[in-house]
Amino acid sequence: MSSETEELSGMDSVPGPQKESFNWKNFLRSNATQLGMILVFFGLWLFFILSAPETFLSPQIYYAFMATTPLFAIMALPLTMVIIAGEMDLSFPSIMAIGMVAFIFIFEPTGNVFLALLAALAAGVGAGLLNAGLVVGIGIPSLVATIGTQFFLRGLSLVLLQGQGATLIEARGSFIYNLLVGKIIGGIPNQFWWSIAIAILCWVILNRTRLGAHIYLIGDNQKSARLMGVNVNRTRLTVFIMMGLAAAFAGVLASLQVSFFWPSLGEGYLLSTLASVFLGGTSVFGGTGTILGTFLGSYIIGAINAGIVAIGLTGFWTELIYGLIIIISVSMHVVMQKRIK
Amino acid sequence: MEPTYRIELRNVSKNFGEVESLKNVDFKLGQNEVVGLLGDNGAGKSTLIKILTGYHQPTSGEIYIDGQRVESLTVPLARKLGIETVYQERALAELQTLWRNIFLGRELRTPYGLLNVKKMKSETNKLMLESMGFSSSAVNPDSTIETFSGGEKQGVAIVRALYFDAEIIILDEPTMGLSLKETRKLLDFVRHIKDVGKSAVFIDHNIFHVYSVADRVVVLDRGQIAGEFNTDAISLDDLMEKMYHVAETGSLD
Repeated sequence: MSSETEELSGMDSVPGPQKESFNWKNFLRSNATQLGMILVFFGLWLFFILSAPETFLSPQIYYAFMATTPLFAIMALPLTMVIIAGEMDLSFPSIMAIGMVAFIFIFEPTGNVFLALLAALAAGVGAGLLNAGLVVGIGIPSLVATIGTQFFLRGLSLVLLQGQGATLIEARGSFIYNLLVGKIIGGIPNQFWWSIAIAILCWVILNRTRLGAHIYLIGDNQKSARLMGVNVNRTRLTVFIMMGLAAAFAGVLASLQVSFFWPSLGEGYLLSTLASVFLGGTSVFGGTGTILGTFLGSYIIGAINAGIVAIGLTGFWTELIYGLIIIISVSMHVVMQKRIK
Repeated sequence: MEPTYRIELRNVSKNFGEVESLKNVDFKLGQNEVVGLLGDNGAGKSTLIKILTGYHQPTSGEIYIDGQRVESLTVPLARKLGIETVYQERALAELQTLWRNIFLGRELRTPYGLLNVKKMKSETNKLMLESMGFSSSAVNPDSTIETFSGGEKQGVAIVRALYFDAEIIILDEPTMGLSLKETRKLLDFVRHIKDVGKSAVFIDHNIFHVYSVADRVVVLDRGQIAGEFNTDAISLDDLMEKMYHVAETGSLD
């Protein structure tokens, strides 16, 4: 053991001034990933403007970008907490659909959008409870359990609606509709504001509550957390419920936006959501990750999506590129982690 | 009147499936007493410790803290009752910052219920300077534990146990992996616990360490208490002789 470790514990007091000043160097060092991502974001933007100026200098693409990106950003944010906690949830695309099935079941007979929204959110909580029951209660690894519920909930949605879609035209113009997917400020879709509000909420939960502190701890070292009295199972349960709630909410936004519900709702969101989280620097092994990183990650993914189409590449490219982003960002993280050790 | 003990276990047994880890153990920790727990690997030391800290619940038997029967002792309850533990495993979260580890499971909050990050960081800074002896500028409350050496990590685990004004401190194999100098410091620290009127349970493989700091030594063997000795009534040589005897025959006589 080296000499600087000789000061173990003990009662000897080392006098020293206590200074609490803002340190720019430390700030830059500890936020290097996020700052790098902001650079990447603007770099990409510049690249897209140069490659397709007529598209990227007109406002339409930005409105489209601000309407579609939030749909997976809203799910990527709580998924970040799930992954930091050392778990995984692959069932969220199907939770989007099962939430909307509950929505339709209430909306069609009553015409009440507010009650229908509550039903959707309740279904999301129920789906989260189902996942937590399998993972925490029975003890199935979450990766496997949520592949199971992904298919189960998708199948349930198809069975309940006999594979049929449903129109949501009647919901248009209602207060909830305007609140969720209307345009209140300067033509910017409200989905965008929702993604910001949920990002702030998730940031507060993760960084300023005991729940958030425990999410980091159980993902880092579950045994230590248990030894020090952290209620590990309650924390795991909570992250799955938050994930279910957010997925159901995103499902409502996605469906109201197009005024129609397809039981296949959610397919296609798996990759972009996961890519946002991993691009944002969250460790696939749990214990580290940030909300800001995921938020930036999802808007970069959204920009890439818009860019690919605008440059004239086909949609086939998006899957290839998202897959590549997941592989590269996770590999980079693992390599960097190894270098520290 | 019978004296009240800080902790008393009456007839405690613990089974893990078919394995009987502890069999009808009676254990007492007095006021301002340091009890050393000795025993071979698998004797049940760690199980006994984890019952005291609320991590394991006994299969049968009773737990009393300060004379009060405690029905189900959990880790948060034990910590609330003033029992802090320095675990063999250290119980640190290595990817997290120093301040998060100091307040692990006991995060400070503002009156609004949100984390008081500023206070936790400044308290950590104070602890670093006053108790941990970290004076290098490379270490700050935002440093992650994975960058620390073994001795520094042990220092964090000990300072954490002290911060919360523990009345009873349990040290599970605290000298493991420490250098000679660090070990001496640790033993001084255990004596200090006694000087300030607190109680401690000290577990170690090394009989010299235990003998030099404990008031009383409890010898565990195969899940049962094989014997108890006051260190001022037995010589180190005699104690070692008895330990060998216990290890070979399972009984003291």
